[in-house]
Amino acid sequence: MKQIVLKNVTKKFTTKTLGSITAVNNFSLEIEEGECFSFLGPSGCGKTTTLRMVAGFEDLTEGEIHLGGKAVSVKDKNIYVPPEERGLGMVFQAFAVWPHMNVFDNVAFPLKVQKMNKSDIKRLTQIALKHTNLNGLESVYPSDLSGGEQQRIALARAIVTSPKVLLLDEPLSNLDPKLRESMRFEIKELQKKYNFTIIFVTHDQSEAMALSDRMLVMDMGNIIQIDTPRNMYNKPINKFVHKFLGQSNFIRVVIKDGKAYPKGDLSQEIPCDVDEGAKPEMLLAVRPNAININHTRGYRTKIEKRIILTDNVEYFVKVGDQMLEVETPHRNEFKEGEPCCLEFIHSLWYEDDGIDLDAERNKRQII
Amino acid sequence: MRIGIRNKDLARQDGKRVRLDGMLTMLSFIILFIVVIIPLFMIIYNAFFYEGNLDVQLFINVIFSGDNLGAIKNTVIIALCVTVFGTIMGIFYAWLLGRSDIPLKGLMRGLFTIPYMFPPFFGAMAWDLLLSGRGGYLNNWLMQTFNLAEAPININSVWGIVFVEVSYYFPFVFMQVVSALERMDPTLEESARISGAKQGYVIRKITLPLVLPAISAGALLILISSLSHFGVPSILGFSQNIYTLPTKIYQLINRAAGDFQGVREGAALSVLLIFIVGTALILQRAVLRSGSYDIIRGKSMRPMLIKLRGAKQPLLIFAFLSLIVIVLVPLVMIFLVGLLKAYGLPLIPANFTLKNYTNILFNNKMVSDAIGNSLFLSVSAGIIAMFLGVMIAYVIIKIKPKGKEVLEVISILPYSIPGTVLAIGVILAWSGAIAKINLYNTIWIILIAYIARYLSFSMKSASASLQQVHYSLEDAARSCGASHMESLKDITLPLIRPAMVSGFFLIFLPAMRELTTSVLLYGPYTRTLGVAIYSLRSDGYITQASALASVAILLIIICNTIVTQITKDRKGV
Repeated sequence: MKQIVLKNVTKKFTTKTLGSITAVNNFSLEIEEGECFSFLGPSGCGKTTTLRMVAGFEDLTEGEIHLGGKAVSVKDKNIYVPPEERGLGMVFQAFAVWPHMNVFDNVAFPLKVQKMNKSDIKRLTQIALKHTNLNGLESVYPSDLSGGEQQRIALARAIVTSPKVLLLDEPLSNLDPKLRESMRFEIKELQKKYNFTIIFVTHDQSEAMALSDRMLVMDMGNIIQIDTPRNMYNKPINKFVHKFLGQSNFIRVVIKDGKAYPKGDLSQEIPCDVDEGAKPEMLLAVRPNAININHTRGYRTKIEKRIILTDNVEYFVKVGDQMLEVETPHRNEFKEGEPCCLEFIHSLWYEDDGIDLDAERNKRQII
Repeated sequence: MRIGIRNKDLARQDGKRVRLDGMLTMLSFIILFIVVIIPLFMIIYNAFFYEGNLDVQLFINVIFSGDNLGAIKNTVIIALCVTVFGTIMGIFYAWLLGRSDIPLKGLMRGLFTIPYMFPPFFGAMAWDLLLSGRGGYLNNWLMQTFNLAEAPININSVWGIVFVEVSYYFPFVFMQVVSALERMDPTLEESARISGAKQGYVIRKITLPLVLPAISAGALLILISSLSHFGVPSILGFSQNIYTLPTKIYQLINRAAGDFQGVREGAALSVLLIFIVGTALILQRAVLRSGSYDIIRGKSMRPMLIKLRGAKQPLLIFAFLSLIVIVLVPLVMIFLVGLLKAYGLPLIPANFTLKNYTNILFNNKMVSDAIGNSLFLSVSAGIIAMFLGVMIAYVIIKIKPKGKEVLEVISILPYSIPGTVLAIGVILAWSGAIAKINLYNTIWIILIAYIARYLSFSMKSASASLQQVHYSLEDAARSCGASHMESLKDITLPLIRPAMVSGFFLIFLPAMRELTTSVLLYGPYTRTLGVAIYSLRSDGYITQASALASVAILLIIICNTIVTQITKDRKGV
């Protein structure tokens, strides 16, 4: 069954400084029951706004949203169900744990609102606390707890009523990296126990990849690509997605007689497959870890610079006059200035729009 | 602790630092002793001792006299009512502007800053003109229109005093609560909504408890201000023999006319007033210590505004009408009466003249003296208290000597002492009692009182700024070879210059319109602007008093505009 459906959802804001902004543009999506779905994108791309429309905190400018087959926001028919009647669980970036209530009262709040009887409240709250490893802390106040524990309170509060849908708005971004990884795992475990449908909003691609069944990448209010994490990483639809998921190299390439040369230097061909329909000028995209650096096979060049990292070594090499980044395990040792050869294991072709990639990022408006 | 040790190590290496640090510390203690401790001591001493002998009888007699018991009762009743109504009003407007989608918020905020600018006794004067039981303008009109035998509303009553004070003091709660609401993380409320709670439930269970510390802080500020307030009850209450403790003290001193017994009675009442205000202060400390919650967190999201829907129009009209009545009507009234040929004439253009203005500005020695005095007092008190405040703040924040807590408490103390009480202390101390120094009836006695009264303003502003200046900045200058004095002059002082400028204006502006203290200290030639208006009015020159008040209003507006401009320019510093 389709648990969450968005049809042509558009959201426009009017601000004093920037005028009218389309935060979300013609957004359509269907999420299956029990699916964990991530919204990924840079800040200001509209992912949080979309989530807040699903939760009912924002009006739609156009379009409709259905939850569990029931219309909750339909602009044309003037349907709007307030957040408290949507039956969702939600975790916010800043935890939003109430400082004037202890752990038990925080988690029990949604049950108390439903005017449930005391013994049920106690029983269900204890279950939620147990699942989030908070048992024993019932009477403690949030200010005495760590960030990780506060986030678990928020999580326990969101799941205590066993809602069908769980909305997570960058719930891990205020935690330190180690804690983030373990919380990621805990959320996944909880999903298995409760079979939630989850929308997970994040700007951290590894979080999205680790948690989701499917995900989408957004930019400036538009959906760029919807896919499984694996496909998203291996076949990004354009250079924006390529760059957003993991590290990227882009080489400006000239195609001549079915062969690829780095732009501005036709002395040596780049060994890779060229499509028949390729335009005379293209972008070749390759990830730093998808280049085999060796002594004999492939494009001949030399090491310009070497940086030793913890798990890998990073080399900077030149293809024509364009700098390329290569990341390999430590056993592949080269010295600075040493000749080497490059094999492109997995590369993709994009049309060259002529835009400088760094300049493009700076242009992006931040809402 | 570690910093203290470090300082001592440094001190051992550099003799100069010890001398400068020690000197500043000593100087701070001495000045505070002279300005704050001596007057307070003199009050208590004179209340309980007579010619060197313990004399409790006077104190007991004064407190249990029927008159004074009435004044105590009035003081407490008025302060409590003002606190309750002012708090309710403050919360209502804070919620309206902070959380609802009511339009014209900017304009309403602008109106809210007006009560801050003007002394409440202007408002009392205006309301007395409108609603005086003996025939204010509005009362007369109501009596004519509805054929009433007597004035329907009498502002010269306890309730009138409460009304005028509320209209000046409710911004204390409003400002506190609206800023708490605006800084509050909106997801705290949103997470309650998503948990299934309705709007009203969220307000009761989440929003109100979270802003409760802000509400109580503002409410206690109202309570303390109202307990020690002089202007409004003196203007509205005297004619009906309604006294509060500050006005009773004023009356005792005034009637005594130099008679020592009267001053002693005033001192005894002052001790009582200090006791009442002190109780409120202890309450305030307890509330503030229980702490506010950490409700500011996360990325800034616009809070979801509550849609007023059908209630929007009525609430908007109500809010504007009440603001206009509270804020604009008194100002307009003062301007209009200032234009009248004679008090009591109908307020129509035919009766208007500029003669009152020319009279007071050009033909009245008392008024021009008063304007000069007020300017002199405000500028000199501003400059002196500003530098003293910086010095004391430097001692407390940077030098951290033993007993810095004492220093801090003493410097903030005069702010909490009612102006009336401070004035009596200054009279008792500097009318020849100490080293035969007699400053009574001179402008210097007012200056001393102003310095004591406003010292804490600049002290607070300077210490907030000094806290931002890290030790390493001065240490870096020292390591470049600068002496302690040079590092202070070239590094620290320039860095806190914006705080010094704002510290000056924090003193200059209230000193310009001060009444409570100077009304007890002025001599024949040392009237201040506030006193001049007050005495013109009590001598029956109501149109001239109104004209002078209008001039004062213009002066205050001009000064405020200049200050806003200056602080705006300084923002980047």
